[in-house]
Amino acid sequence: MSSIKIRTKRMEDGKTQIRMLIAHPMEHGRNRDPKTNALIPAHFIQELTIEHNKNIIISGNTGANISKDPYFAFMLKGGNAGDKIVISWVDNLGNEDIQEHVIK
Amino acid sequence: MTDNRRAFIKKSVALSGYSILATGGLLASPEANAEWLDETTSTQILQQTLKRLFKDQKIIESDQIDIQIPKTAENGATVPITVTSSHRNVESIAILIEKNPIPLVAKFELSPDLDPFVSARLKIAESSAVAVIVETNEGFFTASKKVIVTPGGCEI
Repeated sequence: MSSIKIRTKRMEDGKTQIRMLIAHPMEHGRNRDPKTNALIPAHFIQELTIEHNKNIIISGNTGANISKDPYFAFMLKGGNAGDKIVISWVDNLGNEDIQEHVIK
Repeated sequence: MTDNRRAFIKKSVALSGYSILATGGLLASPEANAEWLDETTSTQILQQTLKRLFKDQKIIESDQIDIQIPKTAENGATVPITVTSSHRNVESIAILIEKNPIPLVAKFELSPDLDPFVSARLKIAESSAVAVIVETNEGFFTASKKVIVTPGGCEI
């Protein structure tokens, strides 16, 4: 089960809205465990890449100031049914995930 | 930091001189007080972060950047933000929160296929200004908005 959920919506003006929800703790390293009072190590997404038909349209660097289970939305000029959207992320511990989506 | 303090002292000396002139040596005038408040709540720290990030690039205040963010947030852990801009040829959009321990939130490099539109959710530690830097091929532009985080929203 992928950590990335992708939704796309083709707007009336020909644009396509790309929305994504990523399951990730996004710990910034200053929170403490309520039971042990030990610091929770930082664990957050550092790179977010979105491809549209194999062209990279967004390369983003994110920090721990993004909320837990991050949500992002972007607006693509154009976009047709059948176009492929690929979203991938890499976090500071080297974990990564990738998810494909086809615009309806 | 020293520079900042020096600038502050310089300005406050200049300010008190002004208030003496204005009030004829009486207590600080309301105007001077207002200016002092403005000084202490200004976005100077943010400006320093920007300098570090963008290497002395000239960043121009712009009214062509629209930031949609709640004025008050009950829960600082998830504050929705939507940034749109009417600048042309936008190459990247960066979001910063002035008073977070690490101000930079994210920087997205957008291809020409995308509208200058970014929506995300932020963690904001305390009431602070949220600034957006838009990079275009004509230079850097910025806009900011203040967000009040009500107590209880500090456990992010």
